[in-house]
Amino acid sequence: MQNFEYCTPRTLGETFDLLGENDCQCRVLAGGTDLIVQLRQGALSVDRVIDIKHLPECKQLICDPIEGLTLGATVPCHRIYEDKAIVDTYPGLIDSIAIIGGIQIQGRATVGGNLCNSSPSADSIPILIAYGATCEIVGAAENRRIPVENFCTGPGKNILEKGEILVAIHLPPVPKSSGAHYLRFIPRFEMDIAVVGAGAYVELDDEGRMFNKVRIGLAAVAPTPLYAREAGDLLKGREVSDESIDAAASSAQSIARPISDMRAPAEYRKHLVKVLTRRALWGAINRARGEFVPNAVQNNDQ
Amino acid sequence: MGKKLYINTTINGEAVEFLCEPRQSLLEIFRDHLGMTGTKEGCNDGNCGACNVIIDGVLMNSCLIFAVEAQDRKIVTIEGLASPQGLHPLQQKFLEHASLQCGICTPGFLVAAKALLDQNPDPTEHEVRHWLAGNLCRCTGYDKIVRAVLDAANVAPNTETSLQSSN
Repeated sequence: MQNFEYCTPRTLGETFDLLGENDCQCRVLAGGTDLIVQLRQGALSVDRVIDIKHLPECKQLICDPIEGLTLGATVPCHRIYEDKAIVDTYPGLIDSIAIIGGIQIQGRATVGGNLCNSSPSADSIPILIAYGATCEIVGAAENRRIPVENFCTGPGKNILEKGEILVAIHLPPVPKSSGAHYLRFIPRFEMDIAVVGAGAYVELDDEGRMFNKVRIGLAAVAPTPLYAREAGDLLKGREVSDESIDAAASSAQSIARPISDMRAPAEYRKHLVKVLTRRALWGAINRARGEFVPNAVQNNDQ
Repeated sequence: MGKKLYINTTINGEAVEFLCEPRQSLLEIFRDHLGMTGTKEGCNDGNCGACNVIIDGVLMNSCLIFAVEAQDRKIVTIEGLASPQGLHPLQQKFLEHASLQCGICTPGFLVAAKALLDQNPDPTEHEVRHWLAGNLCRCTGYDKIVRAVLDAANVAPNTETSLQSSN
């Protein structure tokens, strides 16, 4: 691995000074589970690695019934699923982060890093899109908040400009009659990268029979994670039924433009989008109706 | 750029200091500079779990941590499991159940299993298998490892673990 300078700024101001220096290739370090591998493989070249884990803004983890969830960019996955309030309030998020790598990866890896690594198959991104999460981006000159679905621009690429960092991710508060679910297809039980992933968030009426709001996110079926806007919108005001859910799943399928690679042929991915969208919706509906839907953190043998 | 940094940390309850380059992994420092070769290098990219260590109570791959990040942390490695009084109950059970053949993955499995029992002293088989999914073994077929961990959980009220652990 090439050598570089390692910095641990304690304030955002220091961070921007380090990031802004001319002719200095900088990379931001959070959990390092992607960055260190890429540096070791020689896929990246850097002059300076800036470890932002000591910035208070990046360490926040606040689950508030009115404000929603504030998820600092360097909070590792294990801290999220060890927080009972978050496990109970945002089970769809837990579905995804508790299957990213193994336990030892989850001890280091962060949702902020998953987003900034901007892989099309990132497990946490579809469910962030489904929850309607936003990215808090801070730069020396200005701050901006953008929806997660607008963050990634291509494989490994995103809208962060030189001098900017992702500080936190914000998930809106969830009303009582809402539910969310993420699932992916992999050819084995654990430790694999999604062939296709689907996340759904639903708000139902008080009886749990009609859709008030639906958002669907997809992974590994396009150069970026996708927001299946039309698929969600067409369910609004419709009754929960196999027929309406099938229509939404077909709509999600129609926007998928997957590639064939070592994990699966494109046709198979296309098929999976429909199956997984349907299942993600049912999981979200069941949760919205107060039924138990297991995941890697909450399962039946506990 | 890239000059060596002086790092103070705690490994298996003892204060340790070392000099390292920013690019060096914690695994590299253990094995090449501190003479602690119990922690193994398998894939060196976070897939196999052979290099597992526990840092501030959290299980991690030491190949995916820069050694400079170890400043002011508390680290438990495989060398911290056995005590002068004898093997850690997990090590004893791995022997009884013949849970190892070539042995390269074993330190990683033991450290991972210790991290599990530290926070969940009575895991189900499903929980053990899920917890150990990030550790690869090409010899045993995993079953004997899972049985050893379940057996160790039955016998060990983890007194020795807490003595050795820096949590």
